[in-house]
Amino acid sequence: MLKVNGIYKVFYPGTVNEKIALKNLSLELEEGDFVTLIGGNGAGKSTLLNSVAGVYPVDKGSIFIDNTEVTKYSEHRRAALLGRVFQDPMMGTAANMGIEENLALAYRRGQSRGLSWGIKNKERALYRELLSHLDLGLENRLDAKVGLLSGGQRQALTLLMATLRKPRILLLDEHTAALDPKTADKVLKLSDKFIEDDKLTALMVTHNMRDAIKHGNRLIMMHEGKVILDIKGEEKKKLTVEDLLKRFGKASGEEFANDRALLS
Amino acid sequence: MLDIILGAISLGLLWAVMTIGVYITYRILDIADLTVEGSIAMGAAIAAKAISAGINPFAATALALVGGLAAGLITGLLHTKLKIPALLSGILTMIALYSVNLHIMGKANIALLRMDTVYTPFIRLGMDNTAAVISLGLVCVSVVVGLLYWFFGTELGSAIRATGDNPNMVRAQGINTNVMKIVGLIISNGLVAVSGALISQSQSFADVQMGTGSIVIGLASVIIGEVLFGKRNFFNRLIALVLGAITYRIIIALVLKLGMPANDLKLFTAITVAIALALPELKKYFRPAKISIKEGE
Repeated sequence: MLKVNGIYKVFYPGTVNEKIALKNLSLELEEGDFVTLIGGNGAGKSTLLNSVAGVYPVDKGSIFIDNTEVTKYSEHRRAALLGRVFQDPMMGTAANMGIEENLALAYRRGQSRGLSWGIKNKERALYRELLSHLDLGLENRLDAKVGLLSGGQRQALTLLMATLRKPRILLLDEHTAALDPKTADKVLKLSDKFIEDDKLTALMVTHNMRDAIKHGNRLIMMHEGKVILDIKGEEKKKLTVEDLLKRFGKASGEEFANDRALLS
Repeated sequence: MLDIILGAISLGLLWAVMTIGVYITYRILDIADLTVEGSIAMGAAIAAKAISAGINPFAATALALVGGLAAGLITGLLHTKLKIPALLSGILTMIALYSVNLHIMGKANIALLRMDTVYTPFIRLGMDNTAAVISLGLVCVSVVVGLLYWFFGTELGSAIRATGDNPNMVRAQGINTNVMKIVGLIISNGLVAVSGALISQSQSFADVQMGTGSIVIGLASVIIGEVLFGKRNFFNRLIALVLGAITYRIIIALVLKLGMPANDLKLFTAITVAIALALPELKKYFRPAKISIKEGE
Protein backbone atom coordinates (compact mmCIF):
# COMPACT_ATOMS: atom_id res chain seq x y z
CA MET A 1 0.00 0.00 0.00
CA LEU A 2 2.07 2.92 1.30
CA LYS A 3 5.73 2.24 1.89
CA VAL A 4 8.09 4.90 3.20
CA ASN A 5 11.75 3.85 3.15
CA GLY A 6 14.28 5.73 5.28
CA ILE A 7 13.29 9.24 4.34
CA TYR A 8 15.09 12.35 5.52
CA LYS A 9 13.82 15.89 5.34
CA VAL A 10 15.97 18.83 6.38
CA PHE A 11 14.65 22.38 6.44
CA TYR A 12 17.03 25.33 5.98
CA PRO A 13 20.10 23.13 5.52
CA GLY A 14 23.44 24.76 6.25
CA THR A 15 21.93 27.64 8.21
CA VAL A 16 21.61 28.30 11.94
CA ASN A 17 17.94 27.41 11.58
CA GLU A 18 18.71 23.97 10.18
CA LYS A 19 16.03 21.53 11.30
CA ILE A 20 16.07 17.83 10.64
CA ALA A 21 12.34 17.19 10.47
CA LEU A 22 12.45 13.54 9.38
CA LYS A 23 15.34 11.27 10.34
CA ASN A 24 15.60 7.99 8.48
CA LEU A 25 11.88 7.40 8.87
CA SER A 26 10.36 4.19 7.59
CA LEU A 27 6.73 3.21 7.69
CA GLU A 28 4.47 0.73 5.99
CA LEU A 29 0.68 0.91 5.75
CA GLU A 30 -1.40 -2.16 4.94
CA GLU A 31 -4.47 -2.01 2.75
CA GLY A 32 -7.37 -0.84 4.93
CA ASP A 33 -5.20 0.48 7.77
CA PHE A 34 -6.59 3.52 9.55
CA VAL A 35 -3.54 4.92 11.31
CA THR A 36 -3.66 7.75 13.83
CA LEU A 37 -0.40 9.64 14.02
CA ILE A 38 0.47 11.50 17.19
CA GLY A 39 3.55 13.26 18.52
CA GLY A 40 4.90 16.29 20.32
CA ASN A 41 5.61 19.73 18.93
CA GLY A 42 7.91 19.51 15.93
CA ALA A 43 7.92 15.71 15.89
CA GLY A 44 7.55 15.77 12.11
CA LYS A 45 3.96 14.56 11.74
CA SER A 46 2.87 17.15 9.22
CA THR A 47 6.23 16.93 7.45
CA LEU A 48 5.65 13.19 6.98
CA LEU A 49 2.19 13.80 5.53
CA ASN A 50 3.43 16.58 3.26
CA SER A 51 6.30 14.37 2.10
CA VAL A 52 3.87 11.61 1.18
CA ALA A 53 1.66 14.17 -0.59
CA GLY A 54 4.66 15.57 -2.46
CA VAL A 55 4.31 19.14 -1.20
CA TYR A 56 8.11 19.16 -1.04
CA PRO A 57 10.70 16.61 -2.14
CA VAL A 58 12.42 14.47 0.50
CA ASP A 59 16.21 14.73 0.80
CA LYS A 60 16.85 10.99 0.97
CA GLY A 61 14.88 7.77 0.90
CA SER A 62 11.94 6.66 -1.19
CA ILE A 63 8.16 6.54 -1.09
CA PHE A 64 6.03 3.87 -2.76
CA ILE A 65 2.29 3.83 -3.24
CA ASP A 66 0.92 0.48 -4.48
CA ASN A 67 4.45 -0.64 -5.38
CA THR A 68 4.91 2.37 -7.66
CA GLU A 69 7.72 4.65 -6.68
CA VAL A 70 6.34 8.19 -6.35
CA THR A 71 9.38 9.84 -4.72
CA LYS A 72 9.98 12.03 -7.75
CA TYR A 73 6.33 12.63 -8.63
CA SER A 74 5.14 16.23 -8.36
CA GLU A 75 2.37 17.13 -5.94
CA HIS A 76 -0.35 17.31 -8.59
CA ARG A 77 0.69 13.99 -10.11
CA ARG A 78 0.50 12.19 -6.77
CA ALA A 79 -2.88 13.77 -6.15
CA ALA A 80 -4.40 11.17 -8.47
CA LEU A 81 -3.71 8.61 -5.71
CA LEU A 82 -4.37 10.74 -2.62
CA GLY A 83 -7.25 12.43 -0.87
CA ARG A 84 -6.22 15.23 1.46
CA VAL A 85 -7.83 17.31 4.18
CA PHE A 86 -5.82 20.10 5.76
CA GLN A 87 -5.65 21.66 9.18
CA ASP A 88 -6.74 25.05 7.85
CA PRO A 89 -10.37 24.83 6.69
CA MET A 90 -9.57 27.55 4.11
CA MET A 91 -6.98 25.39 2.40
CA GLY A 92 -9.06 22.54 1.05
CA THR A 93 -11.66 24.47 -0.94
CA ALA A 94 -11.81 27.40 -3.36
CA ALA A 95 -13.67 30.12 -1.43
CA ASN A 96 -14.89 32.16 -4.41
CA MET A 97 -16.36 29.19 -6.21
CA GLY A 98 -19.64 27.43 -5.57
CA ILE A 99 -20.09 24.19 -3.64
CA GLU A 100 -20.89 22.29 -6.83
CA GLU A 101 -17.91 23.82 -8.65
CA ASN A 102 -15.59 22.66 -5.87
CA LEU A 103 -17.08 19.18 -5.99
CA ALA A 104 -16.78 19.10 -9.77
CA LEU A 105 -13.07 19.95 -9.52
CA ALA A 106 -12.61 17.11 -7.03
CA TYR A 107 -14.72 14.72 -9.11
CA ARG A 108 -12.09 15.03 -11.86
CA ARG A 109 -9.10 14.32 -9.61
CA GLY A 110 -6.75 12.08 -11.53
CA GLN A 111 -8.73 12.51 -14.77
CA SER A 112 -7.71 14.60 -17.72
CA ARG A 113 -9.46 17.94 -17.95
CA GLY A 114 -10.53 19.20 -21.32
CA LEU A 115 -12.97 21.54 -22.94
CA SER A 116 -16.17 19.77 -22.03
CA TRP A 117 -18.51 21.51 -19.63
CA GLY A 118 -17.13 21.85 -16.08
CA ILE A 119 -20.20 20.37 -14.37
CA LYS A 120 -22.53 17.93 -16.06
CA ASN A 121 -26.18 17.92 -15.09
CA LYS A 122 -26.16 14.33 -13.93
CA GLU A 123 -23.32 15.13 -11.53
CA ARG A 124 -25.53 17.60 -9.70
CA ALA A 125 -27.90 14.82 -8.61
CA LEU A 126 -24.93 12.83 -7.29
CA TYR A 127 -23.56 15.84 -5.40
CA ARG A 128 -26.95 16.59 -3.88
CA GLU A 129 -27.28 12.99 -2.75
CA LEU A 130 -23.77 12.88 -1.23
CA LEU A 131 -24.14 16.29 0.44
CA SER A 132 -27.37 15.19 2.07
CA HIS A 133 -25.42 12.45 3.90
CA LEU A 134 -23.33 15.17 5.56
CA ASP A 135 -26.52 16.33 7.25
CA LEU A 136 -25.52 20.00 7.07
CA GLY A 137 -28.22 21.23 4.71
CA LEU A 138 -25.65 21.88 1.98
CA GLU A 139 -27.60 19.83 -0.57
CA ASN A 140 -29.92 22.77 -1.12
CA ARG A 141 -27.11 25.29 -1.53
CA LEU A 142 -25.18 23.85 -4.49
CA ASP A 143 -24.65 27.35 -5.93
CA ALA A 144 -23.51 28.97 -2.68
CA LYS A 145 -19.94 30.23 -2.55
CA VAL A 146 -17.84 28.04 -0.27
CA GLY A 147 -16.47 31.19 1.38
CA LEU A 148 -19.88 31.63 3.03
CA LEU A 149 -19.64 28.29 4.85
CA SER A 150 -18.44 27.78 8.41
CA GLY A 151 -15.12 26.09 9.17
CA GLY A 152 -16.84 22.84 10.08
CA GLN A 153 -18.94 22.86 6.91
CA ARG A 154 -15.84 23.53 4.83
CA GLN A 155 -13.96 20.64 6.44
CA ALA A 156 -16.91 18.30 5.89
CA LEU A 157 -17.04 19.42 2.25
CA THR A 158 -13.27 18.94 1.87
CA LEU A 159 -13.64 15.46 3.30
CA LEU A 160 -16.33 14.68 0.76
CA MET A 161 -14.13 16.11 -2.01
CA ALA A 162 -11.15 14.03 -0.87
CA THR A 163 -13.18 10.83 -1.09
CA LEU A 164 -15.34 11.65 -4.14
CA ARG A 165 -12.86 9.73 -6.27
CA LYS A 166 -11.82 6.89 -4.00
CA PRO A 167 -8.23 7.70 -3.01
CA ARG A 168 -5.61 4.99 -2.45
CA ILE A 169 -4.69 6.81 0.76
CA LEU A 170 -6.62 9.46 2.67
CA LEU A 171 -4.32 11.96 4.40
CA LEU A 172 -5.90 13.91 7.24
CA ASP A 173 -3.58 16.57 8.63
CA GLU A 174 -5.02 17.66 12.01
CA HIS A 175 -8.19 18.35 10.11
CA THR A 176 -10.25 19.04 13.24
CA ALA A 177 -7.66 21.16 15.09
CA ALA A 178 -9.12 24.49 13.98
CA LEU A 179 -12.72 23.56 14.88
CA ASP A 180 -14.67 23.94 18.11
CA PRO A 181 -15.00 20.67 20.09
CA LYS A 182 -18.57 19.93 19.01
CA THR A 183 -17.87 20.52 15.32
CA ALA A 184 -14.57 18.66 15.59
CA ASP A 185 -16.44 15.67 16.95
CA LYS A 186 -18.91 15.77 14.09
CA VAL A 187 -16.17 15.98 11.45
CA LEU A 188 -14.31 13.10 13.12
CA LYS A 189 -17.45 10.97 13.08
CA LEU A 190 -17.86 11.80 9.39
CA SER A 191 -14.25 10.81 8.76
CA ASP A 192 -14.83 7.48 10.48
CA LYS A 193 -17.92 6.91 8.39
CA PHE A 194 -16.21 7.73 5.08
CA ILE A 195 -13.24 5.52 5.90
CA GLU A 196 -15.45 2.64 6.96
CA ASP A 197 -17.98 2.88 4.11
CA ASP A 198 -15.36 3.17 1.36
CA LYS A 199 -12.88 0.82 3.10
CA LEU A 200 -10.18 3.48 2.77
CA THR A 201 -6.59 3.37 3.90
CA ALA A 202 -6.06 6.47 5.99
CA LEU A 203 -3.35 8.34 7.86
CA MET A 204 -4.69 10.86 10.36
CA VAL A 205 -2.50 13.30 12.25
CA THR A 206 -4.02 14.45 15.50
CA HIS A 207 -2.80 16.23 18.59
CA ASN A 208 -5.56 14.76 20.72
CA MET A 209 -4.50 11.54 22.49
CA ARG A 210 -8.05 10.46 23.20
CA ASP A 211 -8.94 10.82 19.51
CA ALA A 212 -5.80 8.97 18.51
CA ILE A 213 -6.78 6.08 20.77
CA LYS A 214 -10.47 6.08 19.93
CA HIS A 215 -10.13 6.13 16.15
CA GLY A 216 -8.40 3.80 13.75
CA ASN A 217 -6.90 0.35 14.08
CA ARG A 218 -3.32 1.43 14.55
CA LEU A 219 -1.54 4.22 16.42
CA ILE A 220 1.86 5.57 15.55
CA MET A 221 3.76 8.02 17.70
CA MET A 222 6.54 10.18 16.34
CA HIS A 223 9.35 11.93 18.16
CA GLU A 224 12.15 14.01 16.66
CA GLY A 225 11.51 12.84 13.14
CA LYS A 226 11.25 9.12 13.91
CA VAL A 227 8.55 6.59 14.64
CA ILE A 228 8.96 5.60 18.30
CA LEU A 229 5.74 3.68 18.93
CA ASP A 230 3.61 1.56 16.63
CA ILE A 231 0.64 0.01 18.41
CA LYS A 232 -2.01 -2.07 16.66
CA GLY A 233 -4.73 -4.64 17.01
CA GLU A 234 -5.90 -5.75 20.46
CA GLU A 235 -3.14 -3.80 22.14
CA LYS A 236 -4.41 -0.58 20.62
CA LYS A 237 -7.98 -1.27 21.71
CA LYS A 238 -6.94 -1.54 25.37
CA LEU A 239 -4.75 1.57 25.29
CA THR A 240 -5.37 4.49 27.70
CA VAL A 241 -3.95 8.01 27.71
CA GLU A 242 -1.91 7.19 30.83
CA ASP A 243 -0.40 4.11 29.15
CA LEU A 244 0.45 6.15 26.12
CA LEU A 245 2.20 8.88 28.13
CA LYS A 246 4.16 6.23 30.07
CA ARG A 247 5.22 4.41 26.96
CA PHE A 248 6.19 7.67 25.32
CA GLY A 249 8.43 8.49 28.31
CA LYS A 250 10.09 5.07 28.09
CA ALA A 251 10.64 5.21 24.34
CA SER A 252 11.90 8.77 24.14
CA GLY A 253 13.43 9.36 27.57
CA GLU A 254 11.52 12.62 27.75
CA GLU A 255 8.19 13.93 28.90
CA PHE A 256 5.50 14.36 26.27
CA ALA A 257 5.54 17.95 25.12
CA ASN A 258 2.63 19.07 23.05
CA ASP A 259 0.90 22.07 24.50
CA ARG A 260 -2.31 21.37 22.67
CA ALA A 261 -2.38 17.65 23.45
CA LEU A 262 -1.98 18.31 27.16
CA LEU A 263 -4.68 20.93 27.21
CA SER A 264 -7.25 18.90 25.37
CA MET B 1 -21.08 66.38 -27.87
CA LEU B 2 -22.74 63.29 -29.33
CA ASP B 3 -19.67 62.86 -31.53
CA ILE B 4 -17.46 62.84 -28.47
CA ILE B 5 -19.59 60.23 -26.73
CA LEU B 6 -19.78 58.03 -29.83
CA GLY B 7 -16.02 58.33 -30.28
CA ALA B 8 -15.55 57.31 -26.65
CA ILE B 9 -17.85 54.34 -27.10
CA SER B 10 -15.98 53.16 -30.18
CA LEU B 11 -12.62 53.44 -28.45
CA GLY B 12 -14.06 51.87 -25.31
CA LEU B 13 -15.22 48.81 -27.24
CA LEU B 14 -11.71 48.25 -28.59
CA TRP B 15 -10.18 48.72 -25.15
CA ALA B 16 -12.80 46.37 -23.71
CA VAL B 17 -11.01 43.46 -25.36
CA MET B 18 -7.84 44.52 -23.55
CA THR B 19 -9.75 45.06 -20.29
CA ILE B 20 -11.03 41.49 -20.40
CA GLY B 21 -7.44 40.35 -20.88
CA VAL B 22 -6.32 42.32 -17.84
CA TYR B 23 -9.24 40.89 -15.86
CA ILE B 24 -8.10 37.33 -16.59
CA THR B 25 -4.71 37.87 -14.99
CA TYR B 26 -5.56 40.47 -12.36
CA ARG B 27 -8.78 38.99 -11.02
CA ILE B 28 -8.94 35.36 -12.12
CA LEU B 29 -5.26 34.42 -11.70
CA ASP B 30 -4.54 37.05 -9.05
CA ILE B 31 -1.41 38.18 -10.91
CA ALA B 32 -0.66 41.81 -11.79
CA ASP B 33 0.75 41.16 -15.26
CA LEU B 34 2.69 44.05 -16.78
CA THR B 35 3.37 42.13 -19.99
CA VAL B 36 0.24 43.78 -21.37
CA GLU B 37 2.08 47.09 -21.78
CA GLY B 38 4.37 45.35 -24.24
CA SER B 39 1.82 43.07 -25.85
CA ILE B 40 -0.67 45.83 -26.68
CA ALA B 41 2.09 47.70 -28.54
CA MET B 42 3.19 44.40 -30.07
CA GLY B 43 -0.30 43.77 -31.41
CA ALA B 44 -0.32 47.24 -32.93
CA ALA B 45 3.20 46.81 -34.35
CA ILE B 46 2.51 43.44 -35.95
CA ALA B 47 -0.81 44.53 -37.45
CA ALA B 48 0.59 47.81 -38.80
CA LYS B 49 3.68 46.20 -40.27
CA ALA B 50 1.70 43.38 -41.85
CA ILE B 51 -0.96 45.70 -43.30
CA SER B 52 1.62 48.06 -44.76
CA ALA B 53 3.30 45.00 -46.29
CA GLY B 54 0.02 44.31 -48.09
CA ILE B 55 -1.32 41.49 -45.92
CA ASN B 56 -5.10 41.25 -45.44
CA PRO B 57 -6.01 43.26 -42.31
CA PHE B 58 -7.93 40.35 -40.77
CA ALA B 59 -4.93 38.07 -41.27
CA ALA B 60 -2.73 40.85 -39.85
CA THR B 61 -4.92 40.98 -36.74
CA ALA B 62 -4.67 37.21 -36.43
CA LEU B 63 -0.87 37.51 -36.58
CA ALA B 64 -1.06 40.08 -33.78
CA LEU B 65 -3.04 37.54 -31.75
CA VAL B 66 -0.27 34.97 -32.23
CA GLY B 67 2.33 37.51 -31.12
CA GLY B 68 0.37 38.24 -27.96
CA LEU B 69 -0.04 34.54 -27.18
CA ALA B 70 3.73 34.13 -27.47
CA ALA B 71 4.37 37.11 -25.17
CA GLY B 72 2.09 35.56 -22.56
CA LEU B 73 3.89 32.23 -22.91
CA ILE B 74 7.27 33.89 -22.23
CA THR B 75 6.01 35.59 -19.07
CA GLY B 76 4.37 32.33 -17.97
CA LEU B 77 7.59 30.37 -18.43
CA LEU B 78 9.68 33.00 -16.64
CA HIS B 79 7.27 32.91 -13.72
CA THR B 80 6.54 29.19 -13.39
CA LYS B 81 9.69 27.48 -14.65
CA LEU B 82 12.35 29.97 -13.55
CA LYS B 83 10.37 30.97 -10.43
CA ILE B 84 10.73 34.70 -11.08
CA PRO B 85 7.99 36.61 -9.21
CA ALA B 86 4.99 37.26 -11.48
CA LEU B 87 5.28 41.05 -11.35
CA LEU B 88 8.96 40.95 -12.32
CA SER B 89 8.37 38.34 -15.05
CA GLY B 90 5.84 40.68 -16.62
CA ILE B 91 8.19 43.65 -16.39
CA LEU B 92 11.00 41.66 -18.02
CA THR B 93 8.84 40.60 -20.96
CA MET B 94 7.45 44.13 -21.27
CA ILE B 95 10.95 45.65 -21.48
CA ALA B 96 12.12 42.99 -23.91
CA LEU B 97 9.05 43.58 -26.10
CA TYR B 98 9.97 47.26 -26.49
CA SER B 99 13.04 46.23 -28.49
CA VAL B 100 11.16 43.44 -30.23
CA ASN B 101 8.44 45.88 -31.30
CA LEU B 102 11.03 48.29 -32.70
CA HIS B 103 12.48 45.40 -34.69
CA ILE B 104 9.04 44.42 -35.98
CA MET B 105 8.23 47.93 -37.18
CA GLY B 106 11.76 48.90 -38.17
CA LYS B 107 11.06 52.37 -36.80
CA ALA B 108 9.25 54.00 -33.86
CA ASN B 109 5.88 54.34 -35.64
CA ILE B 110 4.01 53.35 -38.75
CA ALA B 111 1.18 55.33 -40.31
CA LEU B 112 -1.70 53.41 -41.92
CA LEU B 113 -3.23 56.22 -43.93
CA ARG B 114 -5.27 55.16 -46.96
CA MET B 115 -4.67 51.49 -46.25
CA ASP B 116 -7.38 48.88 -45.96
CA THR B 117 -8.09 48.00 -42.34
CA VAL B 118 -10.53 45.66 -40.63
CA TYR B 119 -12.94 48.62 -40.63
CA THR B 120 -12.87 49.08 -44.41
CA PRO B 121 -15.63 46.53 -45.15
CA PHE B 122 -17.97 48.42 -42.81
CA ILE B 123 -17.05 51.77 -44.34
CA ARG B 124 -17.80 50.31 -47.78
CA LEU B 125 -21.29 49.58 -46.50
CA GLY B 126 -21.70 53.34 -46.17
CA MET B 127 -20.86 53.81 -42.50
CA ASP B 128 -18.72 56.63 -41.26
CA ASN B 129 -15.50 55.83 -39.41
CA THR B 130 -16.96 55.88 -35.89
CA ALA B 131 -19.91 53.69 -36.86
CA ALA B 132 -17.56 51.22 -38.51
CA VAL B 133 -15.39 51.00 -35.38
CA ILE B 134 -18.45 50.58 -33.16
CA SER B 135 -19.84 47.84 -35.42
CA LEU B 136 -16.64 45.85 -35.59
CA GLY B 137 -15.98 46.52 -31.89
CA LEU B 138 -19.39 45.11 -31.00
CA VAL B 139 -18.77 42.00 -33.09
CA CYS B 140 -15.34 41.46 -31.53
CA VAL B 141 -16.53 42.06 -27.98
CA SER B 142 -19.49 39.71 -28.45
CA VAL B 143 -17.25 36.96 -29.80
CA VAL B 144 -14.70 37.42 -26.98
CA VAL B 145 -17.37 37.51 -24.26
CA GLY B 146 -19.09 34.45 -25.71
CA LEU B 147 -15.88 32.46 -26.10
CA LEU B 148 -14.61 33.29 -22.61
CA TYR B 149 -17.96 32.60 -20.99
CA TRP B 150 -17.85 29.19 -22.58
CA PHE B 151 -14.16 28.59 -21.85
CA PHE B 152 -14.24 29.47 -18.17
CA GLY B 153 -17.19 27.12 -17.74
CA THR B 154 -15.24 24.13 -19.10
CA GLU B 155 -13.17 21.72 -17.01
CA LEU B 156 -9.97 23.49 -18.02
CA GLY B 157 -11.45 26.96 -17.45
CA SER B 158 -12.77 25.97 -14.02
CA ALA B 159 -9.31 24.70 -13.11
CA ILE B 160 -7.80 28.06 -14.12
CA ARG B 161 -10.36 29.95 -12.02
CA ALA B 162 -9.64 27.71 -9.03
CA THR B 163 -5.89 28.22 -9.46
CA GLY B 164 -6.27 31.94 -8.81
CA ASP B 165 -8.57 31.20 -5.89
CA ASN B 166 -6.63 28.52 -3.99
CA PRO B 167 -3.58 26.94 -5.63
CA ASN B 168 -3.09 24.51 -2.73
CA MET B 169 -6.50 23.02 -3.21
CA VAL B 170 -6.00 22.87 -6.95
CA ARG B 171 -2.76 20.90 -6.67
CA ALA B 172 -4.43 18.55 -4.18
CA GLN B 173 -7.04 17.89 -6.89
CA GLY B 174 -4.34 16.82 -9.31
CA ILE B 175 -4.09 19.98 -11.38
CA ASN B 176 -0.76 21.43 -12.49
CA THR B 177 -1.09 25.03 -11.31
CA ASN B 178 1.90 26.12 -13.39
CA VAL B 179 0.22 25.02 -16.62
CA MET B 180 -2.99 26.80 -15.58
CA LYS B 181 -1.12 30.06 -14.95
CA ILE B 182 0.64 29.81 -18.29
CA VAL B 183 -2.63 29.17 -20.15
CA GLY B 184 -4.22 32.15 -18.39
CA LEU B 185 -1.32 34.45 -19.25
CA ILE B 186 -1.35 33.29 -22.88
CA ILE B 187 -5.07 33.96 -23.34
CA SER B 188 -4.82 37.31 -21.58
CA ASN B 189 -1.95 38.62 -23.67
CA GLY B 190 -3.48 37.28 -26.86
CA LEU B 191 -6.58 39.37 -26.20
CA VAL B 192 -4.48 42.42 -25.32
CA ALA B 193 -2.52 42.14 -28.57
CA VAL B 194 -5.76 41.86 -30.61
CA SER B 195 -6.97 44.97 -28.85
CA GLY B 196 -3.72 46.73 -29.77
CA ALA B 197 -4.13 45.69 -33.39
CA LEU B 198 -7.71 46.99 -33.51
CA ILE B 199 -6.76 50.29 -31.83
CA SER B 200 -3.86 50.95 -34.20
CA GLN B 201 -6.11 50.33 -37.21
CA SER B 202 -8.81 52.65 -35.89
CA GLN B 203 -6.34 55.48 -35.25
CA SER B 204 -4.40 54.69 -38.45
CA PHE B 205 -1.01 54.43 -36.83
CA ALA B 206 1.03 52.23 -34.53
CA ASP B 207 3.53 53.65 -32.09
CA VAL B 208 6.09 51.76 -30.03
CA GLN B 209 5.13 53.91 -27.03
CA MET B 210 1.42 53.21 -27.17
CA GLY B 211 1.54 50.61 -24.39
CA THR B 212 2.83 52.97 -21.73
CA GLY B 213 0.30 53.18 -18.93
CA SER B 214 -2.10 50.76 -20.58
CA ILE B 215 -2.11 48.42 -17.55
CA VAL B 216 -3.46 51.28 -15.44
CA ILE B 217 -6.15 52.02 -18.01
CA GLY B 218 -7.05 48.33 -18.01
CA LEU B 219 -7.23 48.22 -14.21
CA ALA B 220 -9.28 51.42 -14.11
CA SER B 221 -11.75 49.88 -16.55
CA VAL B 222 -11.92 46.62 -14.56
CA ILE B 223 -12.59 48.47 -11.32
CA ILE B 224 -15.11 50.91 -12.82
CA GLY B 225 -16.91 47.96 -14.39
CA GLU B 226 -17.06 46.01 -11.13
CA VAL B 227 -18.13 48.97 -9.01
CA LEU B 228 -20.75 50.39 -11.37
CA PHE B 229 -22.05 47.33 -13.20
CA GLY B 230 -21.82 44.53 -10.69
CA LYS B 231 -20.27 41.12 -10.45
CA ARG B 232 -23.17 38.80 -9.77
CA ASN B 233 -22.07 35.98 -12.04
CA PHE B 234 -19.41 35.43 -14.64
CA PHE B 235 -21.47 36.55 -17.62
CA ASN B 236 -22.55 39.66 -15.76
CA ARG B 237 -18.90 40.35 -14.90
CA LEU B 238 -17.79 40.12 -18.53
CA ILE B 239 -20.49 42.56 -19.61
CA ALA B 240 -19.54 44.83 -16.70
CA LEU B 241 -15.93 44.87 -17.95
CA VAL B 242 -17.05 46.01 -21.40
CA LEU B 243 -19.23 48.72 -19.89
CA GLY B 244 -16.37 49.67 -17.57
CA ALA B 245 -13.99 50.17 -20.48
CA ILE B 246 -16.56 52.32 -22.30
CA THR B 247 -17.33 54.34 -19.17
CA TYR B 248 -13.64 54.99 -18.63
CA ARG B 249 -13.37 56.38 -22.17
CA ILE B 250 -16.45 58.56 -21.70
CA ILE B 251 -15.07 59.94 -18.43
CA ILE B 252 -11.76 60.74 -20.10
CA ALA B 253 -13.49 62.37 -23.08
CA LEU B 254 -15.58 64.50 -20.73
CA VAL B 255 -12.69 65.70 -18.55
CA LEU B 256 -10.74 66.58 -21.66
CA LYS B 257 -13.78 68.44 -22.96
CA LEU B 258 -13.98 70.28 -19.65
CA GLY B 259 -10.50 71.59 -20.33
CA MET B 260 -8.07 69.23 -18.61
CA PRO B 261 -4.73 69.33 -20.47
CA ALA B 262 -4.12 66.03 -22.32
CA ASN B 263 -0.69 65.84 -20.69
CA ASP B 264 -2.35 65.31 -17.29
CA LEU B 265 -4.35 62.33 -18.54
CA LYS B 266 -2.12 59.64 -17.10
CA LEU B 267 -1.84 61.43 -13.76
CA PHE B 268 -5.63 61.65 -13.65
CA THR B 269 -5.99 57.95 -14.49
CA ALA B 270 -3.42 56.90 -11.90
CA ILE B 271 -5.12 58.92 -9.17
CA THR B 272 -8.52 57.48 -10.13
CA VAL B 273 -7.21 53.93 -9.94
CA ALA B 274 -5.39 54.59 -6.65
CA ILE B 275 -8.62 55.90 -5.10
CA ALA B 276 -10.64 52.99 -6.49
CA LEU B 277 -8.14 50.43 -5.14
CA ALA B 278 -8.10 52.19 -1.77
CA LEU B 279 -11.91 52.22 -1.51
CA PRO B 280 -12.16 49.16 0.79
CA GLU B 281 -9.64 50.71 3.21
CA LEU B 282 -11.30 54.10 3.03
CA LYS B 283 -14.68 52.53 3.72
CA LYS B 284 -13.31 50.82 6.81
CA TYR B 285 -11.97 54.15 8.04
CA PHE B 286 -15.15 56.12 7.53
CA ARG B 287 -17.60 53.36 8.39
CA PRO B 288 -16.13 50.87 10.86
CA ALA B 289 -17.80 47.45 10.66
CA LYS B 290 -20.62 47.12 13.13
CA ILE B 291 -20.26 44.20 15.48
CA SER B 292 -23.00 43.02 17.74
CA ILE B 293 -22.16 41.02 20.83
CA LYS B 294 -25.05 39.08 22.22
CA GLU B 295 -25.54 38.70 25.95
CA GLY B 296 -23.94 35.53 27.25
CA GLU B 297 -21.53 34.92 24.38
